Amino acid sequence: MTEKKIFNESGIEVKELYTEADVEQSGGVSMVGLPGEYPFTRGIHREMYRKRPWTMRQYTGFANAKDTNERFHYLIENGQTGLNVAFDLPTQTGLDTDDPRAEGEVGRVGMAVDTLRDFEIAFDGIDLEKITVSLTINGSAAILIAMYLVMAEKRGYDVAKLRGTAQNDILKEFIGRGTWIFPVEPSIKLVGDTIEYCAKYAPKYSPVSVCGYHIRESGATPEQEMAYAFCIAKAYADDMLKRGLHIDEFAGRLSYNFNIFGNLFEQVAKFRAGRSLWAKIIKEEYGAEDPKSMWLRMIAAGGGGGLTIEQPEVNIVRGAYYALISALSGAQTMALCCYDEAYTIPSEYAQRISLRTMQLLMEEMGLCETVDPLAGSYYVETMTNEMRKKMEQTMKEVDEAGGIVKMVSEGIIQSKVSAQAYEMQKDIQSGAFPKVGVNCYKTEEEENEVEFHPYDTRDAEQQIENIKAVKAERDQAEVNRALAQVTADAKAGINVMPALIGAVRAYATVGEITKKLVDVYGYYKEPIRF
Amino acid sequence: MTKNKIRILMGKPGLDGHDHGAKVVVRALMDAGFEVIYTGLRKTPREIAEIASQEHVDVIGLSSMAGSHIPFCEKLKPLLKEYNLEDKLWIIGGNVPKKDHEILKNIGIDAIFPTGSHFDDIVNYIKNRYRQLA
Repeated sequence: MTEKKIFNESGIEVKELYTEADVEQSGGVSMVGLPGEYPFTRGIHREMYRKRPWTMRQYTGFANAKDTNERFHYLIENGQTGLNVAFDLPTQTGLDTDDPRAEGEVGRVGMAVDTLRDFEIAFDGIDLEKITVSLTINGSAAILIAMYLVMAEKRGYDVAKLRGTAQNDILKEFIGRGTWIFPVEPSIKLVGDTIEYCAKYAPKYSPVSVCGYHIRESGATPEQEMAYAFCIAKAYADDMLKRGLHIDEFAGRLSYNFNIFGNLFEQVAKFRAGRSLWAKIIKEEYGAEDPKSMWLRMIAAGGGGGLTIEQPEVNIVRGAYYALISALSGAQTMALCCYDEAYTIPSEYAQRISLRTMQLLMEEMGLCETVDPLAGSYYVETMTNEMRKKMEQTMKEVDEAGGIVKMVSEGIIQSKVSAQAYEMQKDIQSGAFPKVGVNCYKTEEEENEVEFHPYDTRDAEQQIENIKAVKAERDQAEVNRALAQVTADAKAGINVMPALIGAVRAYATVGEITKKLVDVYGYYKEPIRF
Repeated sequence: MTKNKIRILMGKPGLDGHDHGAKVVVRALMDAGFEVIYTGLRKTPREIAEIASQEHVDVIGLSSMAGSHIPFCEKLKPLLKEYNLEDKLWIIGGNVPKKDHEILKNIGIDAIFPTGSHFDDIVNYIKNRYRQLA
């Protein structure tokens, strides 16, 4: 007998030994099944990585469209198979480069985008059929999705066949990450507009990637991460049903973004449990018939919250274990936070190491050969059952408290995860929660700081020149007409996507369009609750 | 009773939405017995100065994670003068690399608590400095 009980982060006791009896006691193997078959615990495809390895999609973007385009090409030349675009904060919060509030922030944490011209430059020379693009954009997502569709169409792609993803999960943005613009209700309405529009006109495009990721970063446990994400996805789905769509018309294009730091077995169990729980929800609660609607398609990635400022090079090793978790969990897409990312925008070198880490799993370690290799482990199957039960319980608690929209609007979820983050930080500072290099195995010598990504204020000045040039060239009457249409459609409460497409096509700026929407919807007011 | 408490403003400057650290430190400061006013996200330099002035704080704290701390503090500095807040303790925490510490000190920041700083160190620093100032 062990003296001290051990619990994982989700609060489930971890035993010294697991046997068949534990699997039985936790609910048996009825939810395990086969990959590619309901309830998809073992994976959404029958052959998984044997047919196609996970997409590698490092989060990338800085300065302007031109510099970012160069880095995109570098990554693709190094074997990257998808793009994951980082935007600067003005773009993410709907401000133009020349807005006073953008000063000092242009191009700092991502690429600056003001007009369609920036997208034309950013994706120049990239085959959008071969390389799918994920836009990490939320508050201004509807505008940027419109911009992506127009850019692709102008390049000659058939939008009806175009693949790609936008993050566009505003509810989690109120919990963590914070790039909201509009109040909660119109924000959800805008997400709904993108889903509805894409269901009709861009059915291969994934307009939303629901993110447990940032909720976890804000302090949620692994099971809460997934449970809250499902509650959020259900909120978007419910909005679609209200609009008269059938679940099978859109559920297949909902995707997910989850975090991968923490205990390896808890993480793998989380993903296996989540896959079957989501399938069950969509089938039993929503009456979906198309198996694709039930798929939990996901990027399982990042791990930022697990990386450390201390001994940054050790983050390379952490990243490798996180990648292993992701591969063992059947993720469709992977991206790793780079070892220098606790400090700065990753260098080319750091990004190449992350790519090589994933490639190593594919080529040397046999991760693509056999589907769901941890299945049948007494421990993993028991934990999968336990995690599923925990998630169901958490979702039930959210429902009983009035639902996720209410809880987010009132700041209740924010307060809860932040309180947990505080407790965790206290445990790290006291050493109760071990963190290598932070509270144990520290080095006495001076830490090596990493090489910093340079921030050049001339990039912002150049971007202001660019926006001026576009404004001088564009047909101002057409811009005015298109912006008036945005206002009219927003006021009328109809789907604004066609108007947004018209506005970006006329080279209206992100800031101009956002302003029109703010005039109708207003600004979000953050609830402060501790 | 609250009159005797040290009042601290925790501000989130600029467009940065990463508030995990700010909120965690707010809780630690409240637990340590301080009165804490959290601004919420996306505050301009003027808003920070205005809130600090209205709330009669003793300490102005900023939490910055997205790299724009230097231009923000440069803009805040003349406003602290304008709002008569120059005698307040001014501290910053978050993703603030060593190479920027000297620059920030020259602008007028009293102390920097980078990511990973212990709550006790922040709390003790404020208590000690406040005792000195008082």
